[in-house]
Amino acid sequence: MDLIFGLFPATLPYWVRVAMAGGIVAGALITFMALGPIAYVYVETKVAGFMQDRIGPKRVGPHGLLQTIADAVKLLFKEAIFPAGADKKLFILAPCLVVIGAFLSFVVIPFGSRLQGTDLNVGLFYVVAVSSISTVGLIMAGWASNNKYALFGAMRSAAQIVSYEIPAMMVLLTVVMIVGSLSLQATVETQAGGLPHWLLFRYFPLMPIAAIVFFTAGLAECNRAPFDIPEAESELVAGFHTEYSGFFFALFFLAEYSEMFVVSAVTSVLFLGGWWAPHPLLQNLGPIGLGPVWLLAKTWFLMFVMMWLRWTLPRLRVDQLMYVAWKVLLPIGLVLVLAVGLLIMLPGTRNGFPWDHYVGWPLVGLTVLYLLYGMVSALRWSGKRRREILA
Amino acid sequence: MSTQLQEQYGWRIEDLDTDEMILNMGPQHPSTHGVLRIELRTDGEVVRAARPHIGYLHRCFEKHAENVDYPGVIPYTDRMDYVASMGNSLGYALAVEKLMGIEVTPYVQTIRVIMAELQRIASHCIAVGTYGMDIGAFTPFLHLLRDRETILDLFEWTCGARLLYNYNWVGGLSHDVPEGFVRAGRQFLREFDRVTWPELMDLLIGNKIFIKRTAGVGVCPPELAISYDLTGPNLRGSGPARDLRKDVPYSGYENYEFEVPVGKGQFGPVGSCFDRNWVRAIEMKESAKILHQALDRLEKMERADVREKVPKRIKPAKGEVYARSEAPRGQLGYYIVADGAGINPYRVKVKSPCFTAMSIFHVLSRGMMIADIIALIGSLDVVLGEIDR
Repeated sequence: MDLIFGLFPATLPYWVRVAMAGGIVAGALITFMALGPIAYVYVETKVAGFMQDRIGPKRVGPHGLLQTIADAVKLLFKEAIFPAGADKKLFILAPCLVVIGAFLSFVVIPFGSRLQGTDLNVGLFYVVAVSSISTVGLIMAGWASNNKYALFGAMRSAAQIVSYEIPAMMVLLTVVMIVGSLSLQATVETQAGGLPHWLLFRYFPLMPIAAIVFFTAGLAECNRAPFDIPEAESELVAGFHTEYSGFFFALFFLAEYSEMFVVSAVTSVLFLGGWWAPHPLLQNLGPIGLGPVWLLAKTWFLMFVMMWLRWTLPRLRVDQLMYVAWKVLLPIGLVLVLAVGLLIMLPGTRNGFPWDHYVGWPLVGLTVLYLLYGMVSALRWSGKRRREILA
Repeated sequence: MSTQLQEQYGWRIEDLDTDEMILNMGPQHPSTHGVLRIELRTDGEVVRAARPHIGYLHRCFEKHAENVDYPGVIPYTDRMDYVASMGNSLGYALAVEKLMGIEVTPYVQTIRVIMAELQRIASHCIAVGTYGMDIGAFTPFLHLLRDRETILDLFEWTCGARLLYNYNWVGGLSHDVPEGFVRAGRQFLREFDRVTWPELMDLLIGNKIFIKRTAGVGVCPPELAISYDLTGPNLRGSGPARDLRKDVPYSGYENYEFEVPVGKGQFGPVGSCFDRNWVRAIEMKESAKILHQALDRLEKMERADVREKVPKRIKPAKGEVYARSEAPRGQLGYYIVADGAGINPYRVKVKSPCFTAMSIFHVLSRGMMIADIIALIGSLDVVLGEIDR
C-alpha cells in the first residue's frame, strides 16, 4: 500500500492520499478475490472429473472454461428465497459476515516484498482474529434460517472451528518463536536463501509435523472435506446454507473458496517461504521479480491438495472430529511448542539442527518424483482405457 | 412465550420436552435412498429414538397382480426393486413355473444365472457406491456407476431396456442373448476384476476413515439378525452363512463353484455396517466368479429357442405355491394362489427382503449419532420401491 501511496503528489492532503491508496488496494484485492473462485471452481470440477474418470464441464466455452461464469450468472439472477419464519435481517447479514471474514485476511498476505495490503506488525494475530468472524456468520445463518438442519450445521461448525483453532494456534506459536515476530513479511524474510531455508525444513522433523498439523486444522477451519461436517450434504442436506438461494448462496460459495485460498496462502507464507523462489537464481527473472508468481504457485498447489483430499476421503463423524482435534493434534502441538522453545534456548540449535539444510532438496525431489510417477501412470492408464473403449 | 402458547394452542410449557428435538429426515432427503421418512428424536447430535415411516411409494402391486394375467405381472415385479429388476422377475418366473410344473431348458437357466449375477454386481455397485457417498466419499460412487453402466449396456443390447427389463418370462426368456454377448461379458469382467474391484477395495473399503466410520456402528448380533428375519448380505454380515443359491439351489446354481462370504468383524464386533458392506464387496467378486463359469458354459452350448417352453396360455390349475430366490438384497419370496378359474392370479403376496431389513432399523438406531443413522440406512441397503410396493 505504501507503494501506491507514494504515487500520489505530496500536495494532496494526507487523508486524501490514504483514502485513494486504500481504495485502489481494496479494489484490486476484492477483484482478485471475487474473480479467483471462478477459476478455482472450474479447476475443482476438472480435478474431480479427472479423479472420477469422467470429463467434467466441456459444453460452455472451449473446454467448458465459461461454465463457472455461467453458473455464477445463473446464481446472481436467481430469486433469493426467504423461508417463512426466518429472521430476515440476520438471514441477509450472515452471508455478508462470512464473506467479510474470509476477505479481511487478504489485507496482510504478502504477495511480494512490497506487494502487500499492509504489513501489520501483528499480522498473524490479525489473520487468526478475522478468520473467526466467519464462524459468527455461520452460526447466524443457521439460526436465522429457522431450519433444524441449518441449526445442526451451525452448531457443528461452531464446535469444529473453536476446537481446531487451538492446535492451529499452538503450531503458529512455534513459527512465531522461530521468527521472533508476528508480522507475515518478517516471517517470509526469515526464510530467505532458497528452499533449504524454508521453515518447513527447520528443526527437521519437527516443523514438517507442524506444517501438517496447521494445514489439517486449516482444512477443518474452512469446512473442507474430510472435515466438512457443517455442510455434510448426505446428513444435513446442506448444513447451514440449506435455506439459501441465489445471490446469498453465491456469497457462501465465494467465502468457501476464499477461505481455501487464505488457508493455503498462510500455510505457504509460514512454511513454504512465501514469495521466495525455491532457489535464489529463480527469484528475479524479468523486470519486477517473480515473488507473486511463486506465492501463487505454492498456494495453488496447496489448494490442489485440498481438492485432491476432498475427492478421495470419506467424511469424519462429529465425535471423531473432536477426537482428532483434542487428542491428536493438540498434544502434538503442545509437544512441538515445548520442543521448539527448548531448542531455541539451547546455544547449539539456535537456528535449527545442523542437518536441516541438507534434507530440503532430497525430500522435495523425492516428492516431486513420486507425484510425477503417479500422474504419468494415471495418464497412461486413462489413455489405455480410452483406446480400449474406442477399439 | 408460555402464556402465548397456552392461549393459542392450549399447551403448557411443562408439556414441552425442552431437551429433545424432533427431526424429520425425509421423505425428501439426499440419503434416505428414496422416499423414506425417519422421525428422529434427537438430543443434540445423539438420536434417542428413530421411527421409520414408509408407504410414500405404494403402488398397489399386489392388487394390480390380481387384475392382470400371469405374464402381465412380470413388468410390475420389475418396478418393485428397480435397482435389481432381473432378480425380481426371476423370482416370479420361478414361482409360476413351480406352480405349473414347467422345467426350463439348461440354456435358459444359464442365461438366467448370467443375468441374475450381472444384476447382482450392478445392484451392489449402487449399494456400496451410494454407501460411500453417504459416508462422504464421492469418487468411488462414480467409479462403480461407470461399471454399472457397462452392465446396463449389456442388458440393453440383450432386451432393449436399461432399467425395467421384462426379461425373465414364465418358462423362458423374452429374448436370446445377442451374437458376441460372451465376448462383451468377458471384456466387462476383465475390467471389473482388474480395475474396478481392486480400486474399490483400496479406495473405499480399506480406507481408514471409512473403517472408523462403519466398524462398530449399527452392530447386529447373529441372534438378533435371525429373529428379525434379516436376509441376504445383511444376515451374512452378521455371521450366518445362509444363501439360497447354496442352500436351496435353483436355476442350476448347484453347478457353479462360489463362496458365500460372511462378516468376520475384522475391525470390531461382527455384524457392523462395515461387515455388511464388506460382504457386498466380496459378493461382487464371487458373482464375477460365477459369471466366468456361466459364460464358459454358454459358449459351449448350442443356441436354442428361449421361448420354447413358454406356454401359449398360462392358466394354472387350482393351487398355491411359495417360491423364493436370492435377490441381490436377500430372500425374495412369492406366494401365489391360483383359483383355477380365471387367467389372473387370485392372490400374489411378496415377502420382501428390504421390508424385513427396515423392521430392525428402530432397534439398531437407538443411541446413535445422526451421522450414524445415515450410515445404518445405507448399510441395510433398502430400496423403497420394494418396501412399499
